[in-house]
Amino acid sequence: MSAPPLLALHGVCKRYGAVEVLVDIDLEIRAGQVVALLGDNGAGKSTLVKVISGVAPADRGVIEWKGRQVHVRRPGDARELGIATVYQDLALCGNLDVVGNLFLGREIRRYGFLDEMEMERRTQRLLERLTRAVPELRAPVVSLSSGQRQTVAIARSLLGDPRLILLDEPTAALGLQQTTEVMDLVDELRDRGMGVLLISHNMGDVKALADRAAVLRLGRNNGFFDVNTASQEQIIASVTGATENAPRRHTHQEAAW
Amino acid sequence: MVKGTPDTADGSRTGPSPASGARAAPRRPALARSLERWGAFARRRLRAGELGSLPVVVVLAIVWITFQSLDDSFLSPRNLSNLSVDIVGTGMIAVGIVFVLLLGELDLSVGSVSGLAAAVFAVLNVNNGVPEWLAVIVAVLAGTAAGAVQGYSFARTRVPAFVVTLAGLLTWNGLMLYVLGSSGTINLDANGLVAALTGYYFTQDAVAYAVAALAVALVFLVPYQDMRRRVAARMPHRSLRFVVARAAGLAVVAFAAAFVLNRFQGLPLALLIFLVVVAGLDTVLRRTRYGRQVYALGGGVEAARRASLGVTRVQTAVLAVSGTMAAIGGLFLASRITSVSQSSGTGVLLLNALAAAVIGGTSLFGGRGSTWSAVLGMLVIQSIASGMAITDTPAAVQFMITGGVLFAAVVIDALSRRSQEAYGRA
Repeated sequence: MSAPPLLALHGVCKRYGAVEVLVDIDLEIRAGQVVALLGDNGAGKSTLVKVISGVAPADRGVIEWKGRQVHVRRPGDARELGIATVYQDLALCGNLDVVGNLFLGREIRRYGFLDEMEMERRTQRLLERLTRAVPELRAPVVSLSSGQRQTVAIARSLLGDPRLILLDEPTAALGLQQTTEVMDLVDELRDRGMGVLLISHNMGDVKALADRAAVLRLGRNNGFFDVNTASQEQIIASVTGATENAPRRHTHQEAAW
Repeated sequence: MVKGTPDTADGSRTGPSPASGARAAPRRPALARSLERWGAFARRRLRAGELGSLPVVVVLAIVWITFQSLDDSFLSPRNLSNLSVDIVGTGMIAVGIVFVLLLGELDLSVGSVSGLAAAVFAVLNVNNGVPEWLAVIVAVLAGTAAGAVQGYSFARTRVPAFVVTLAGLLTWNGLMLYVLGSSGTINLDANGLVAALTGYYFTQDAVAYAVAALAVALVFLVPYQDMRRRVAARMPHRSLRFVVARAAGLAVVAFAAAFVLNRFQGLPLALLIFLVVVAGLDTVLRRTRYGRQVYALGGGVEAARRASLGVTRVQTAVLAVSGTMAAIGGLFLASRITSVSQSSGTGVLLLNALAAAVIGGTSLFGGRGSTWSAVLGMLVIQSIASGMAITDTPAAVQFMITGGVLFAAVVIDALSRRSQEAYGRA
C-alpha cells in the first residue's frame, strides 16, 4: 500500500436549507497530482471547494488529511492543514493594496506594528516568480485588471507554502497569454509535489494538465477517469449525464486505482 | 497618507537605480517642471479616485477666506483658539464614527451614548460624591459597553448596524433620562478635572512650540527610518526630498498654529488630547493588524471571512471603539458648558459628528478614510458655525450651508468611488 492520499473525502454531504447540494461525495487527491473537478453548472463543484476550504463546512462525511481524520470547520482550519484556495470570485478586498491582500490574516509584524517593507519584499519576490507583468504593489486591488487580480489571488494562496491548492475556475476571466501562465504554474506546482484540485470548464486545459478527473452531476459523484486513457467523449458524456454511473460503484472504482 | 508607488511616476519614491531619462529632456525652469509633475500627480490621483483630504482643505480655505473678508475678527487668535477647543467634543465622537464608516456601516447611537456617559459621570460625581477619576472611568466604560453590546448584536444577527444603533439611540437616551432622574440639570464642579479638560491652557509659550517640534520630528523621523531601511534592503522607497518636504509642510502649519494659540492663552489641553488621540488611532488603523482587519472588512466581509479573520470580534470591537469615543466626546462637551442636562447628546450632535467624518473624506461605502478626516471635517463645520455667529447670521442659514457642504462631500465620495472602479476596468 502506497502513502495515504493528501486529501480524501468519504461520504461528504452538504445541504443549504432544504436543498441537498452534495450527496455522498468521495474524492481523493494525491501529492504531485492534478485532479480536475468537472461538472455542469449547479453540479456542486464550488460548494465542494467551500467544504474543503472550511467556508461552508460539511454536514456529514469524513475528511482525511494524509490518512488522518480531520475537522475543517473554519477557513483557518484548512489553512493550518496546508490547504489553500483560489475562489472563483477571488475573495479579494478591493480597497486594500496588493501587499495588504496577500498578507491579510497573516501580517508580518515588527515591534507590534505591521512590517510593510518585509511584506512588500516577499510580495515582489513571489509575484516575479509567477508572472512577467507584476502589478503595482501599492495600488488598491480594485484598480487592477481582472488578470492581475487573478495573479494576486493565486499568489496569496501560495504564500503559506500549502500542500494542496484548490483552484476554482482560475482561467475563466483570463486572456490567452495569462491562461498559459496559470497553466504553466499549475504544472510547476505539481512538479514540486503539491496536490492540485482544478475546476475548469475547458476540456482542453483538463486534458493538457490533469492526471485524473472527477465528475460531479447534480451533487453526486458521476465517475472518475484517468485523463490519459479516457477519451474526451467519455468524460463529457459523464458530465452531461449521458452515462449515469450509480454512486455506489465509485467506491470500488476509486479503490481500484 | 497613501503610500507612494514603486515607480517614480508620482514623484514620492525613487527606485534603487533612478532612470536618468529626465536629464536628457530640454531644460525648463524648475518651477514649471515641478508644477507640471504635481499636476500630473493630482490628475492621476483624481482618476484613481484617491482625492483624500484635498477637497476638504480647499473647502476649509474658502470658508476661512470668506468669513475673514466679512469680519476680520474671524481669524483672530481668540476666535481660532476657541474654535480649536469647540471642535474637540464632537470631533472625538466623529473619530469613533470614522471606525464604523470604515466598515461601511453607520452608528446612529453616538449622540445618545455621549449624553449617557455625561449623565453617568455627573450623577456619580456630583450627586453621589464618587471621586472624579473613578467617575470618568465608569462613564467611559459605560460607553464602551453600550457600543460593544450593539456591535455584538450587529455582528451576530447581521442586522445592519444603523438599525441596531437606531434602537440604541432610543434605548441609551431613555437610560440617560432614567439615570438623571428628576434632577434635570446637574452643574459640574467648575474647578474639577472634567472642567479642566476644556478649560485648561498651557500658558507658557514653550509648551506649544515644543509640541509642534515633537510632531514635526516624528513626522520626519518615522518615514526617514523606513526609507533608510528600504535603501539598505534595496527596495523602492520615498525620496529624501519628499520626506523632508512633508515634514517641512507640517512644520509651517504646526508652528503657525502654535504662534497663533500663544497669542491668546496658549495651547489648549483639549486640543492636545484630541490631536494625540487622533494620531494614536490613526496609527492603530494604518500600522496594526487590527486596523488592517477593519479596512479589510470595509473592502469585503466575505473576503475577510475567507482570509480567516474573526469577523464578529472585529465588528464588535469597532462599535465598542465608537461607543468609547462617543463617551469621551460627551465628557468634553459637558466640560465645555460645565453642566449635564436632559438635552445632553441630543439635537444636531449626531448629525454634526457624522457630517464631520464624511466631509473630512471618509467614505460612506466603507474601506476608505482616516481619523484625520474627523479633525478636518469638524474644522469646516465649526468654522461655519463660528463664522455665522460672528456675522450674526441666523442658524437657519447655517444649517443650510452645512447641509450643502455635506451634500457636496457625499457627491465627491460617490464620484471618486465610481471613477476608481472605472479606472480599474480600463
